Amino acid sequence: MIEHAVKPHLTRAHVSDLMRQMVRMRRFEEKCVELYQREKIRGFLHVYIGEEAIAAGIMQALEPEDTVIATYREHGHAIARGIPMTTLMAEMYGKQEGCSRGRGGSMHVFDAKTRFYGGNAIVGGGLPLAVGTALADAMQKRARVTACFFGEGAVAEGEFHESMNLAALWKLPVLFVCENNLYAMGTALGLSESETDIHKKAESYRMHAEVVDGMDVVAVEAAARKVAAAIRAGEGPQFLECRTYRFRPHSMFDAELYRDKGEVEQWKKKGPIERFGAWLRENDILHAADLQAIETEVAAEVEAAVAFAEAGTWEPVEKLSTYVTLERAS
Amino acid sequence: MNEIAAPVRIKTTYREAVRAAIRDALNADPRAFLMGEDVGRYGGCYAVSKGLLAEFGPERIRDTPLSESAFVGAGIGAALNGMRPIVEVMTVNFSLLALDQIVNNAATLLHMSGGQFNVPLVIRMATGAGRQLAAQHSHSLEGWYAHIPGIKVLAPATLEDARGMLLGALGDPNPVLIFEHVMLYNMEGEIAADAGAVEIGKAAIRRPGRDVTLIAYGGTLFKTLAAAETLAKDGIEAEVIDLRSLRPLDTATIVGSVARTRRAVVIDEGWKTGGLSAEVTAVIMEQAFWNLDAPVARVCSAEVPIPYPRHLEQAALPQPEAIVAAARATIGR
Repeated sequence: MIEHAVKPHLTRAHVSDLMRQMVRMRRFEEKCVELYQREKIRGFLHVYIGEEAIAAGIMQALEPEDTVIATYREHGHAIARGIPMTTLMAEMYGKQEGCSRGRGGSMHVFDAKTRFYGGNAIVGGGLPLAVGTALADAMQKRARVTACFFGEGAVAEGEFHESMNLAALWKLPVLFVCENNLYAMGTALGLSESETDIHKKAESYRMHAEVVDGMDVVAVEAAARKVAAAIRAGEGPQFLECRTYRFRPHSMFDAELYRDKGEVEQWKKKGPIERFGAWLRENDILHAADLQAIETEVAAEVEAAVAFAEAGTWEPVEKLSTYVTLERAS
Repeated sequence: MNEIAAPVRIKTTYREAVRAAIRDALNADPRAFLMGEDVGRYGGCYAVSKGLLAEFGPERIRDTPLSESAFVGAGIGAALNGMRPIVEVMTVNFSLLALDQIVNNAATLLHMSGGQFNVPLVIRMATGAGRQLAAQHSHSLEGWYAHIPGIKVLAPATLEDARGMLLGALGDPNPVLIFEHVMLYNMEGEIAADAGAVEIGKAAIRRPGRDVTLIAYGGTLFKTLAAAETLAKDGIEAEVIDLRSLRPLDTATIVGSVARTRRAVVIDEGWKTGGLSAEVTAVIMEQAFWNLDAPVARVCSAEVPIPYPRHLEQAALPQPEAIVAAARATIGR
């Protein structure tokens, strides 16, 4: 039973699901980029393309009552966590049918039903929150996990170090997931960190830390299941450094002056969807037709999401100042 | 025999009143806990939480490392996930290390989430000068926080408010910041033995008067009341308003008073420039201009970082004499 909890079972249904989740993220965001160019989506848009294996793998280890805290590059996490693509796309549009009623947009996805607490656009700002949600669970003796996603850029923030220390000191149930895509916006890891092995920083706080191939969804799932089980068993916070790469620019305003096209092409060969798809075909687990069926199904879902967002409505300006403070609870 | 028992009054200090409120809060709600630097074993930097560790244990009187951003953020996260944290930050000066969490998270989450996630968190901190602690422990920055939509900002000045505002704040579903002036902790007096939660968000008229309205809060309230006594000796009856809540501002009470007295002096230990006193003055201009018989005056701290030597520190702060002079100037006698 423990084995089942900590090891991924690569049944046909399970691998199909992993693949479907990654394809859902990829196609959703490709559509977002297109919609951004058509000015349907405005503001900042940071896509997760290339990093999908991490959110897909980690979410496999989470239960509905667990908590998720993510960054401004969180569309993939939102999809993998189960926020409907329809309300997510409406949020991208800023429509009131959006999962944050349009108030947040791309960077601030929130959803109470799936316990998705943002969408935090201050680098490192979500980590103290994760310490707090986990503290509440610990004080209430609930065997829940808070999964906290952040990029390697957050490691330079004081909030990272304060949060690592506090979580370890109080043995809180946090799963820290560092998505190390090698660039903090345009600054390479080696130009901003004296120690580039990020897991070592977590270890220095006496936290169990592992490096994972963030381009391999099965490896991420396996690691996540193992450390989530340890957290639920009361072993305190755990840290996964998932090594990955962002295939697209940081945001839609990024001219990518800081990295070689060749480097991007090299990483694309290791793409999580491409690689997993090839492995599934080679091992006769899924066939080309199965993969095509996933694509067809996802394309329809994306189109339905766009239609939902298009049909959405703008919140009346008269309601501008709602949701600033709540009236006293009854 | 007197059939109605006289209400029982007890002696207390401001410090003890805040402590009693924390004790009440923790007894009343198992979700409530106190967290901050040195709140447990040390007993609190200003001895507010002294003795509470023995009563409630280290889970609920929780000492933290010197990590303002992490423990304030953890308070926000715990509030989001069902707890009712009371976070103590030693002084407002240190709260600047947690500004990101207060301004970017506590104040915005309800709005960014479209109303899904509120943050029922109370953050207490000491503010103000008078103890010769120099420029990194003496400033009054509560006016900055009053600038931010999404949080509430309270300044208890009286023993009743020290006793009751924390409980009122804990009953509020929003993040509430409470500023306790360092010179008030030792203040002694009597309050009703059964004093409890008070309404937050409203100003109070602490002294009625007809000739001029003096608007103060927190540490300047008693200096202002002293100034009003001096004025009374010369037949000038000043009305003294205690703002109590800096956000939201109780504009109705301010405007109502000024409409009657036709003159106003705003007293604030913060600086004038871009400060809370500027906001109160602007409210009067916007809503009571045609009632005014004189320009609104202000008595605030001198525009310097608060200095260490006592004579310079006192010279930098609003004093009763300056309040009296400003009030007289508005009346012309």
